[in-house]
Amino acid sequence: MPSSEAAVANQAHDPALLHHFTTAQQQKDAASFGMWVFLVTEVMFFGGMFCAYLIYRYWYFGDFGAASRTLDIRLGTINTAVLICSSFTVAMAVRSAQTGKRNAIVVLLLLTIVLGLVFLGIKGVEYKAKFDEHHIPGQADFHLAGSVPLHPDIPVNQAHAQMYFSLYFAMTGMHALHMIIGVGLFSFLTYEAWKGRYSPSYYTPIENGGLYWHFVDIIWIYLFPLFYLIERHR
Amino acid sequence: MSEHISSVKLYVGIWLALLLCTGLTVFASFQDLGPFNAIVALAIATFKASLVVLFFMHVKYASEKMTKLTIVTAIFFFLILITLSLADYLTRLWT
Repeated sequence: MPSSEAAVANQAHDPALLHHFTTAQQQKDAASFGMWVFLVTEVMFFGGMFCAYLIYRYWYFGDFGAASRTLDIRLGTINTAVLICSSFTVAMAVRSAQTGKRNAIVVLLLLTIVLGLVFLGIKGVEYKAKFDEHHIPGQADFHLAGSVPLHPDIPVNQAHAQMYFSLYFAMTGMHALHMIIGVGLFSFLTYEAWKGRYSPSYYTPIENGGLYWHFVDIIWIYLFPLFYLIERHR
Repeated sequence: MSEHISSVKLYVGIWLALLLCTGLTVFASFQDLGPFNAIVALAIATFKASLVVLFFMHVKYASEKMTKLTIVTAIFFFLILITLSLADYLTRLWT
């Protein structure tokens, strides 16, 4: 059979297969590779901020420790658990797509959206507390009371503490922005799944949406110890 | 990627392991381990990230090597960024 006929035959068979791909597997591999390359650019994007964090953590060691103690470790831990639960529901949603359970996809994606919103809500409560405590960098009345850990005679350097909170808001804010985009993405995917767009032979958007969400989860897995846990032991 | 479908049991196991590690890292942060506090925290974080990448993101079962190569590339260039930057900043006070 000539290849042109084969392509037509394929298209007649599976409307999800685009004509410039030979097989559904090839199409899937291409989409997946594209998603992973996007995630590499995201690693570089967040990597620059992690690098900035490491440099300033080294330079302003004691002030970063003092500033870190003011974060709410209880809310931070709860948020980490919430995000891990949402990653679990996404993984289960992808599995439901693989096994062709439409209702399960919709329910699990809705659960993910709810957990994502819970995370953002808790983050909002934490940000509000920072405003109330005058821990916003650039604020005229910024003030971090106390002294450098292990050195009760050295007061916290206000400029250095502001650098900690600048990085805190930049990195958790950028992470939260990714969460908001993820919630939007999953709202769309839930609607499509509810319409029955996905089947075991075509669920690439759900899988790639899942990859995105897991990546955002991994960023938080590193943000949590770097911002919340660095100065709890003394 | 692959057609591999992981069992529900595996996903639940990974989920519980991630929650357990979160508790562990919070507990460890309150222990005075001297210079090892940061190392332990980052090691646990890296272990958690590995679980997510390998099982939730299906990399362990990826049919093609391209995915793994892409991840290794990301880690490699991130480490170049960190290593060369810190090679400068960490040695500025050396005489």
